[in-house]
Amino acid sequence: MVRHEMTDRTNGGHVSEVLIERYALGQQVSPEAEWAVEAHLEGCALCRAKLAEVVRSDAPAVSAVVDSVWSRVDSLVDSSVDAEVARRPKALGHNRFAAWLSTWAPPAMVPWVGMSVLVTAIALLCDLTGAFGFDRPSMLLLLSPVLPLFGVAAAWTRGLDPAWELVAPTPRSGLYLVLRRTLSVLVVVLPALVVAGLIAGTSPALGLVPCLAFTAGTLALGGFVGVTRASIALGGLWCLFVVGPALVRTRLPAAFEPWAMPIWGAVAVLAAAALVMRASAFTKLTSQR
Amino acid sequence: MTGKEDDMARTVSASEVAPTTYAWEIKAEGLVVKAGRRRAVNGLDLSMGVGVHGLLGPNGAGKTTFIRALATIARPSDGALELFGEDVRRARDLRQVRRRIGYLPQQFGYYRRFTVREFVEYLAWLKEMPKQDVPGAVQRAIERVGLADRADDKMKTLSGGMVRRAGIAQAIVNDPAVLLLDEPTAGLDPAQRMQFRELLHELRADTCVVVSTHLVEDVAAACTDVALIDEGQLVFQGTVADLAAAGTGSDVGDSDTERGYSALLANHRRPV
Repeated sequence: MVRHEMTDRTNGGHVSEVLIERYALGQQVSPEAEWAVEAHLEGCALCRAKLAEVVRSDAPAVSAVVDSVWSRVDSLVDSSVDAEVARRPKALGHNRFAAWLSTWAPPAMVPWVGMSVLVTAIALLCDLTGAFGFDRPSMLLLLSPVLPLFGVAAAWTRGLDPAWELVAPTPRSGLYLVLRRTLSVLVVVLPALVVAGLIAGTSPALGLVPCLAFTAGTLALGGFVGVTRASIALGGLWCLFVVGPALVRTRLPAAFEPWAMPIWGAVAVLAAAALVMRASAFTKLTSQR
Repeated sequence: MTGKEDDMARTVSASEVAPTTYAWEIKAEGLVVKAGRRRAVNGLDLSMGVGVHGLLGPNGAGKTTFIRALATIARPSDGALELFGEDVRRARDLRQVRRRIGYLPQQFGYYRRFTVREFVEYLAWLKEMPKQDVPGAVQRAIERVGLADRADDKMKTLSGGMVRRAGIAQAIVNDPAVLLLDEPTAGLDPAQRMQFRELLHELRADTCVVVSTHLVEDVAAACTDVALIDEGQLVFQGTVADLAAAGTGSDVGDSDTERGYSALLANHRRPV
């Protein structure tokens, strides 16, 4: 009979009401059925609710015991809970927005992102005042690929993050955190770049794709040699072999011709793929850079 | 009775009380961990379960390197290191393991403009705690280390001992199953030391706590057992009484445990 009740399909895998009632009233239930009922009740709110119903209506002795236990627990817990609730307003009083922002870019990154913006502003100033002569290519455009690298370097570098020792062994550290922090850099730097481009009158879109390609490339390379070294290497090479010659030759490098944009896009995609392949480098135990 | 469920902070799920499938929270076999080029941990065999374990040893014995390996920061270069029965060198995803670890580094930096609460909350976020649990857990952790009155002060205004306690608060905020404390009592005054020992007493029933220290009296007061390491190897593992019994009147030290400590160390260092 018990077996039949336990396999009662009409209940959709739940304990049958007959069995719940027998269990609640302390009537005879075979040990294996009792065990199964208890295991099920632990994970099933629906059946617990049914049990509570039966207990309330048919088993005053059981509900008296439960109530007395609750009242005893209450007297123990209430005082501490009250104290905690009283403190809550203060706990919620501090700046939620700032705390949320910190989960994107911790305070240590802020100066580095600021540096990116500052360099953007200086490049814009050079273009507007013609510091290098008006016949030379736009400084803003030339520097646009490497502008976010200051912030990107700060996103995952032991020396630039004071709390690194605390952050590194947490479950959230790794590629996810790196990407989250990098995104917070781009959210600031890309609009700055667009605005500066509009002011300077250059086509801002020409700078954006190389900018993304360089960011992805730095992170991908960073998976092998560390993000800071990758930023310095890529930024240095760019300045040495592209920015320098362009200023000397007074013409815009081919890298900024519209036909080069798909190539930049492809580089960005490849770098992103390499980054995902190398994701474990940011979580693994070796990620000390 | 019906309204009570809503009032409860959290329910304990079946998976939390399920029996474990491993014998030791921490198990190291022939563990080698390098600090730079030096083999700071050099063939360490050590198993630790629930309880408070004092990790004793002279400066440079490899305590910090061992703890960093346990915290999954330093990578073992040889041997096996299992946390919760999972080999950390082979683990594809360390997140499950890391969620259950609390770690107080010997030295740690922090963001100076964070308040104590923001600091602990940020770490709770990094530890992937459920959002609704964070404010309560943070408050509780801060209270347990006795910083409740300074909770909304900026980190940069705290004294060294208070920063240390804030560090302990972030380590215990996620109720870790393995709690790693590297020199937790450094900079604490005697009263705070006593409070810290009380905390250890609370934790030792259900947590595997590893307390690294070079102060023998800390161990004697608060630890259920002691592991003595020197030159990256295990010299002794046993109860505090065993440690005390190892010393004789002729050994250096002011107490039985100190004499036992120096006797075991001298014995280990004696050329064969």
